[in-house]
Amino acid sequence: MRETPTTLLILAVAVAIAAAPARASAPVKKKEVLYEARPPPFSDGIFPCSNCHDGKSMKPDPTRRELAFHDEQQSVFDHDAEHRWCLDCHDAQNRDVLRLASGAPVPFTESYRLCGQCHGDKFRDWRVGVHGKRVGQWDGEKTYLLCVSCHNPHSPRFKGVKEITVDGKTTIAPTLELLRPEPRPRRPDEMRGWKRPATAEGAR
Amino acid sequence: MSGVFDFLRGCVRQVLTGGRAYKAWVAFLFLTIAVGGLSYAQQATGGLIVTNMRDEVSWAFYIGNFTFLVGVAAAAVLLVIPAYVYHWKPIKEVVVLGELLAISALVMCLLFIAVDMGRPERALHIMPFLGTPNWPRSLLAWDALVLNSYLVVNVVLVSYLMFKTYRGETYDKRIFLPLVLLSIPVSLSTHTVTAFLYNGMAARPYWNASILAPRFIASAFCSGPAVMIILFQVLRRTFKEFPIQDEAIWKIAELMSYAMFVNLFLLGAELFKEFYSATEHLRYTQYLWTGIGEHRTLVPYAWAALICSVVAFVLFLIPRTRRNFLTLNLGCLLIWAGVYIEKGMGLIIPGFTPDTLGQIYEYRPTAMEWGVAAGVFGIGFLVFTLLVKIAVPILVGTFRAEGTPRASPASQAGLAAR
Amino acid sequence: MTARKGFDVIQGEPEAADPSRRSFLRTAAAGAALGALAGCGGVSMDDVLRKHFRELSKDDLAKVLTKVERRNKERFGKDTRVTAEGPRPGVEFGYGLDISRCVGCRRCVYACVKENNQSREQPQIHWIRVLEMEKEHGVDLTHADLYYDPGAVPQPGKFYFPVQCQQCRNPPCVKACPTQATWKEADGIVVVDYDWCIGCRCCMSACPYGARHFNWAEPKLPAEELNPVQHYLGNRPRPKGVVEKCTFCIQRVRNGRYPACVEICPVGARKFGNLLDPESEIRRVMDTKRVLVFKEELATHPQFYFFYAT
Repeated sequence: MRETPTTLLILAVAVAIAAAPARASAPVKKKEVLYEARPPPFSDGIFPCSNCHDGKSMKPDPTRRELAFHDEQQSVFDHDAEHRWCLDCHDAQNRDVLRLASGAPVPFTESYRLCGQCHGDKFRDWRVGVHGKRVGQWDGEKTYLLCVSCHNPHSPRFKGVKEITVDGKTTIAPTLELLRPEPRPRRPDEMRGWKRPATAEGAR
Repeated sequence: MSGVFDFLRGCVRQVLTGGRAYKAWVAFLFLTIAVGGLSYAQQATGGLIVTNMRDEVSWAFYIGNFTFLVGVAAAAVLLVIPAYVYHWKPIKEVVVLGELLAISALVMCLLFIAVDMGRPERALHIMPFLGTPNWPRSLLAWDALVLNSYLVVNVVLVSYLMFKTYRGETYDKRIFLPLVLLSIPVSLSTHTVTAFLYNGMAARPYWNASILAPRFIASAFCSGPAVMIILFQVLRRTFKEFPIQDEAIWKIAELMSYAMFVNLFLLGAELFKEFYSATEHLRYTQYLWTGIGEHRTLVPYAWAALICSVVAFVLFLIPRTRRNFLTLNLGCLLIWAGVYIEKGMGLIIPGFTPDTLGQIYEYRPTAMEWGVAAGVFGIGFLVFTLLVKIAVPILVGTFRAEGTPRASPASQAGLAAR
Repeated sequence: MTARKGFDVIQGEPEAADPSRRSFLRTAAAGAALGALAGCGGVSMDDVLRKHFRELSKDDLAKVLTKVERRNKERFGKDTRVTAEGPRPGVEFGYGLDISRCVGCRRCVYACVKENNQSREQPQIHWIRVLEMEKEHGVDLTHADLYYDPGAVPQPGKFYFPVQCQQCRNPPCVKACPTQATWKEADGIVVVDYDWCIGCRCCMSACPYGARHFNWAEPKLPAEELNPVQHYLGNRPRPKGVVEKCTFCIQRVRNGRYPACVEICPVGARKFGNLLDPESEIRRVMDTKRVLVFKEELATHPQFYFFYAT
């Protein structure tokens, strides 16, 4: 019976060794992957935030309150407003980054990591391209769109999108309104008539 | 063979001579053909958009007429079976006229397909060896084969018989009878293949019913012989030497009455299934018989067709009205109208309405379509008229080759040979 | 001509049936046919003598493509590039459509029209047709509206169901076509050879999804809207009197690009990829979502899947 503690110890070590890889990679199986994504759709002139929040002219104040500025976001704020406010996501010390629940900073270009904390199922779908949109090649390189390209993080409930053109390429930006649909198809009886193909327009 | 040239010259002469009624009739037919030609010219330049067919209802008036006429063509066999299989003498002399009707109807069928095609000049693509017909899976490839075979068989049969009779010779039974007997399954197959063409489309639940092929045969046997009955009476009066007995006509009418019963019974069976089971597939039948919402274009026609068919059935069933030529002819017109609606627009349009995505487009033929259809019917009637104009004198014995004894009006020489 | 079986896909070289006899007969008949065809303008000797697309040799194919480019130039005055890429081995396309995301904006419909050179009017041809359905009734065609026209989408209580060619594995249209003008390629795309189609419209009757469309007149396509990057079996401008349909943007997908509808969808409701690649988004959809096919009872086995991501 004196071998039992030794046996148990060996077993415990073996289990620890076996479990080590699993533990080290929890909660994701792979290393944190960065996704090539379009840049965040900032409003004009808002970034970098440290232009104003330089730590000197304004002191960070973690108390939840009504802000004197940023009324555009504040007036529509509807993202778990009961429990959350600005500094739960925006880093109080450095406004040029966001913060995870652990306090770790995350740049705006990787904001999906922040969203994915609470919205894990959407994040898992987004990672493999099932949620939201990717552009590129079906058999090759793809570019993602950040969550915030479609969802206004301050009022994320999806309403509609509008296309905007950036560098000659269309991308999408969230709207607070619904989308106007493209024209309906012509009914078959609206496609009546035959033009004699003598004019330039009809003759093709 | 010099005999052939003489025969052909004689045919041309037959066709070019005739009384005033004949000439007026032919002139009228040429007029309708001209109308058809002009309409088709417009369609050929502007495209099928001049019709009212659209993606939702992609087959309509032309194919409806085609379907009806395939039935008419198949009905010649109704005469062939008793004549040759059962050796029923009174019908034998008139079978060839049934075959002439079949030829004319087939010509019209092929023309209706041709005017319906988007690229008729590519018809080579469907021919064996020259194109790539989709055998054996495509029903339309089968239809092309079977229709053309039936046409060829009939043309060969009729030409052979006419030529032999013209020369006062008896036909060779070893050639003739097998061809005649062959024409029975070929004729049935034309109509069955056409039925299968619709039947096989799972996308169109209105057609995708096993009852469709039997209904086709039943309605073919109702409508085709109706033309013959009227025609025989016309010929009897025009050619005193043409001995079509009353018994022949009455026998045809009796056979037709059985077919009418089966036709009505099968219709009843189909209506029961649709209205009783009342699945989503009821919508097509509903569109035809009761309309859907404000879409009711076909409803009056459906009921009119039914009434015509039922009245015709009653007239044909009761021996007294069957033997009375007034009611008989009325019945013929009624059944012709009933089946024309039922197998034409009454079959095609509800198959497409509502369409595959549940949308309803109400189709009505345009003037262009009427024009082209009139032209095709004109050609068909013209072919029939000319063929009859040649055939009847041969049969009665007045059109014979040089040197062969012309049959006297009393002689049955030409006809007894059959 | 040997019979083609239902799930037949063409791998490698087409069978060579006795070509010499066929071409002799073809020439003989063509000589006769040409006399008759003299009236039908625009028909040349080459057109009549041409073989089926799948029997064309490399040289013949190159000639055919050059001729198409020349015709494009005559019709539109623009230079175009017409290719005929074959399918890639090991690729079976799958398409996913997320019904929980589609908002019925119809951007896909018009992106497709621009990419694939459809007739704009008389007839107006849309390869994608979006149905507005009611959440109360689910996917129910008796309560579906193709012509919805509200000021804003999505409308409350409604959801949207876009329909296009499902590229069935058991395509009724391929079965019905009498001339083999339409067939299924190895990567799953059901294609039409616009120069072989006779315009009988059997395929349109046979398609349960209303996915095939007919050029009832000469297509009205403004030259400035022509997409010059074309595939012979895909988006090259069609003549009148032939059938056309969605080809998953064959000119794009065989070069690795997404179809136009997938790219334009603003809400990411459309997914596309290679079903044989386990890492593709479409495989992820199949593995993790509730997937259904449209009119499943007809056993067409489409390569187009509808799903609900949420």
